[in-house]
Amino acid sequence: MIDLSEIPVAKPAKGSAGKTGTWRVLRPVIRYDKCTRCRLCIMYCVENTIDQEPNLYPKIDYDYCKGCGVCAQVCPTKAIAMVPEVK
Amino acid sequence: MMFLRGNAACPGCPIPKELDALLEVTGKKTVLVVPASCTSVILGDTQGGQPSTVPVIHSAFAAAPAIASGVAASLRMRGEEDATVVVWAGDGGTGDIGFASLSGAAERNENILYVCYDNEAYMNTGIQRSGLTPYGAWTTTTPSGKKEFKKPLPLIVAEHRVPYVATASIAYLNDYQSKVRKAKSIKGFRYIHLLSPCPPGWRFDAGLTVEIAKLAVETGVWPLYEIENGEFRLTSISKVLVDKSKRKPVEAYLRYQGRFSKMTPEEVKALQDYVDKMWEEIREMTKK
Ligand SMILES: Cc1ncc(C[n+]2csc(CCOP(=O)(O)OP(=O)(O)O)c2C)c(N)n1
Ligand code: SF4
Ligand code: SF4
Ligand code: SF4
Ligand SMILES: [Mg+2]
Repeated sequence: MIDLSEIPVAKPAKGSAGKTGTWRVLRPVIRYDKCTRCRLCIMYCVENTIDQEPNLYPKIDYDYCKGCGVCAQVCPTKAIAMVPEVK
Repeated sequence: MMFLRGNAACPGCPIPKELDALLEVTGKKTVLVVPASCTSVILGDTQGGQPSTVPVIHSAFAAAPAIASGVAASLRMRGEEDATVVVWAGDGGTGDIGFASLSGAAERNENILYVCYDNEAYMNTGIQRSGLTPYGAWTTTTPSGKKEFKKPLPLIVAEHRVPYVATASIAYLNDYQSKVRKAKSIKGFRYIHLLSPCPPGWRFDAGLTVEIAKLAVETGVWPLYEIENGEFRLTSISKVLVDKSKRKPVEAYLRYQGRFSKMTPEEVKALQDYVDKMWEEIREMTKK
């Protein structure tokens, strides 16, 4: 076996660029009364920061969500509002 | 989840999702070979860790297809026939700087899957034009809009008579993933060309990434097709777009992007004519 200890190797990790949630200017907020659990936001969130809860509703991981707004754009029922982080 | 959150991609950048969707199909036994590009930055470093859950080899610009050929040969020697070796490269790395080694690997029919994610410029170094920047587009090196048309790279690769070539889009994830699935099942050189909208480089609001990708297809600017053993086939909604009346005008795609904002009406018409002519050629190819 080759000794790999001296070779620079990166390991898989969440947050390789830190807590990217701090980048956010706008915060996506799901209005669950309007959500039909269609999964489109989960499918298209470019950052993979929306999880599906056991009750099938989407849940945003704000530690890493960058606030891009793609989820709000693809939501067919307009259930996601983009709200300013600072007033 | 195959590509982890919290990476260095800009807000709205489709690359993390594109890689996740790819790896979801090719699975854990995948090796990524990535030449210098935005993706190199997104892939992190040894300190912060990497978002990829599969091994990545960072490569010099023009070397990725050659490195992937070597990795594929080594895996074959070890009897690991079920592994997928993927080159993941930008348009500059594919169509300009790495073109010779891409062409060589295609001609040798190496057992690799080459994916070009095409954001239509050298984005990582600050939006310089590439051979794949489209006509009319502003970049820092085409301040009054590019005068030349986009290099038809998927068709050039297909001319190498490789077993599989396809175009794809982040807006049509099922179509993209079924193409990756098909490519995975084929031996030899496979090529997927993925149009990859870039909010800062194309000058549009980060929330519109999927919408822009969709409009590229709906206007016919980006046709979805596959060429399997020389047989050309339109896929997904592009099937109906041979009929010009079903295509939206190209303005619908240009409108939201600052990079096209200085185009004159004559230039927009020239682009529309170019797209219409391309579809006439596509009509001929579907008859073969
Ligand atoms: C031989 C060489 N020339 C130039 C560079 C600088 N460089 C690094 S990334 C990059 C842009 C790559 O563009 P593209 O392949 O389209 O990928 P993108 O950054 O757009 O994702 C350039 C020019 C380099 N790393 N090596
Ligand atoms: S704003 Fe962007 S990163 Fe955040 S959840 Fe929506 S799509 Fe994902
Ligand atoms: S896209 Fe909208 S309706 Fe669909 S699951 Fe997400 S929030 Fe709910
Ligand atoms: S510059 Fe464009 S391609 Fe590069 S990381 Fe940002 S959005 Fe993605
Ligand atoms: Mg590029």
